[in-house]
Amino acid sequence: MANEVNSTEAMPDDVILRVEDLRVSFRTYGGIVQAVRGVSFDLKRGETVAIVGESGSGKSVSTKTIMGILAPNAMIDSGRILYDGMDLTKIDEDHMHEIRGHRIGMVFQDPMSALNPIMKVGKQITEVLHKKGLHHEAAKRRALELMEAVGIPDVERRFNQYPFQFSGGMRQRIVIAIALAGDPEILICDEPTTALDVTVQAKILELINRIREERHLSVIFITHDLGVVANMADRVNIMYAGRIVETGTAEEIFFEPAHPYTWALLSSMPDLQTKDRLMAIPGTPPNMIYPPTGDAFAPRNQYALKIDTEKEPPFFRLSDTHLAATWLLHPKAPKIEMPQQLQDRIKRMKEAAKNVQ
Amino acid sequence: MSNENYILEVKHLCQSFTTGRGKKRMTVNAVNDVSFGIHPAETFGLVGESGCGKTTTGRSIIRLYDPTSGQVFFDGQEITGPMTREKRKFLTSNIAMIFQDPIESLNPRMTIEEIIGEGLTLRGVTDKAEVRRQVIEMLRKVGLTAEHATRYPHEFSGGQRQRIGIARAMIIKPRMIIADEPVSALDVSIQAQVINLLNDLKEEMGLTILFIAHNLSVVKYFSDRIGVMYYGKMVEIARSEDLYEHPMHPYTRALLSAIPEPNPLTERKRVRTDYVPERDHDYSVEKPSMVEIEPDHFVYCSPSEEAALRKKFGL
Repeated sequence: MANEVNSTEAMPDDVILRVEDLRVSFRTYGGIVQAVRGVSFDLKRGETVAIVGESGSGKSVSTKTIMGILAPNAMIDSGRILYDGMDLTKIDEDHMHEIRGHRIGMVFQDPMSALNPIMKVGKQITEVLHKKGLHHEAAKRRALELMEAVGIPDVERRFNQYPFQFSGGMRQRIVIAIALAGDPEILICDEPTTALDVTVQAKILELINRIREERHLSVIFITHDLGVVANMADRVNIMYAGRIVETGTAEEIFFEPAHPYTWALLSSMPDLQTKDRLMAIPGTPPNMIYPPTGDAFAPRNQYALKIDTEKEPPFFRLSDTHLAATWLLHPKAPKIEMPQQLQDRIKRMKEAAKNVQ
Repeated sequence: MSNENYILEVKHLCQSFTTGRGKKRMTVNAVNDVSFGIHPAETFGLVGESGCGKTTTGRSIIRLYDPTSGQVFFDGQEITGPMTREKRKFLTSNIAMIFQDPIESLNPRMTIEEIIGEGLTLRGVTDKAEVRRQVIEMLRKVGLTAEHATRYPHEFSGGQRQRIGIARAMIIKPRMIIADEPVSALDVSIQAQVINLLNDLKEEMGLTILFIAHNLSVVKYFSDRIGVMYYGKMVEIARSEDLYEHPMHPYTRALLSAIPEPNPLTERKRVRTDYVPERDHDYSVEKPSMVEIEPDHFVYCSPSEEAALRKKFGL
């Protein structure tokens, strides 16, 4: 195998995938876009890690790097992606072929463009199975099983239909069936429900949760919808301008957020009880051709300190699992409470949780 | 005739589209007998899933489509029926529209000043200086600056483009705005900015708004009353508090139970209900109709369902 990792720094047993200080940039006519600027996270066996951020925050680029499907103008500047004793950033395409789809599967945002419009869906599933050595009747039987497993009714007839004959939710189920056909142990879901209606979204999320348990999958879930995160994630990474700014368990991120960007994300969208004026985040995300020095969120951050514009904040540890990159957590920083509106909302959320239990 | 209390009243609106010819001819009833009214200075939210006809309803009202049947009244005057010069003038100077996609809805070859000012020139404002003055005033109102007037749409971010779309709708000083998914194409951090802007303009200009969206939390936050649509039918209309506190139609309940809430403790234990019309209704004997089950709360149900709902909610 290519690039065996030095055994002294091997990963703990429960970590299946580790991303270390990943930096990815793109050559464009405008200049070099620094899309991912030092991202590190672990994916543990059987857990779901959510990566949350706005468009352009680098969340999709990070996972595309894991899958080895970056655009030709992308450059991996530094960093490692450790998986099963290999560094995925260094192995050649032949080895990647054995991993992509077979050991790491992916579900994309738009099911219509993920499927081949002129190939019957059954064939699109068996195509993957052929590579696994299943042929003819055996492959068809397995494909029908998979279609049933993802909740498609009337599989015999559906097997011979084309993607356009399926609704959006059903198409996404087919995409999931294709991802499962390779029998992966890691599933990367890139905004799998963004293009779907809420009622369909609820069903697809339920499906992903179910197959994760049945097949002991480890899931990386990319989304910008905090409601979906609450439903799916064990741990959450909040990304902004190519960096992870806060990481923690779902409870820590939703009930004890520490980074001002997380505060802003949590309070900028109304929930069903909101009546006050929304706390909009002023301005727009930075241009990543010229990433700002210091904390990238500082220009939009009403709590920014002087040092935020000068020096990039390191991670401050709040608990074993909870880290946040903001100077506000430095012992010498002035004590700043999270906005009142958000405190009220967290209080409401905790009360709602009590009523459920 | 139309109800005095409403500024916009929609009565039995139907909009069907046909495709194909001969044997392949198919008719799709996108909007099927929809009726509702909007009070002056009120925000009426229209929610439903894609394909339920909410956008078509908005477009039929402003006559982007020709309604198949039914009537729409604005301020007591009918705006459906054969289009006359006067009717068109009345319609276009009173109702304006904000579109979902801020990129597609702006002409890439026109400057911002031309895009926003077009509404004025079409209304006979010939003085260029006057148009420019009003455009700049409008730009300031939506949070942009005078320098932006000479630029082209591609130079702006999504949120800024949506502000331009809002400025274009507002410059004719309409009495009513139809906002079709105005924030769903924007990033989370930008959505709140645009929602706040719409709220400010609403207060300042006493606007009536028809707000079409699929994000129920946003609709709840923004609207006074809400109509829920399912497959071309209006199934429930209520004040937004009432709709969320005691939804009556099984589809509304399914829709509400599907919204993911940003609360990991409750969300993981959520029980979702789904809606299967064949299972939830038996309309073989009784025919359903829109019933006012309590003041200002309308549900599309049959007489026996109405009785059951009344019993359940103690009305």
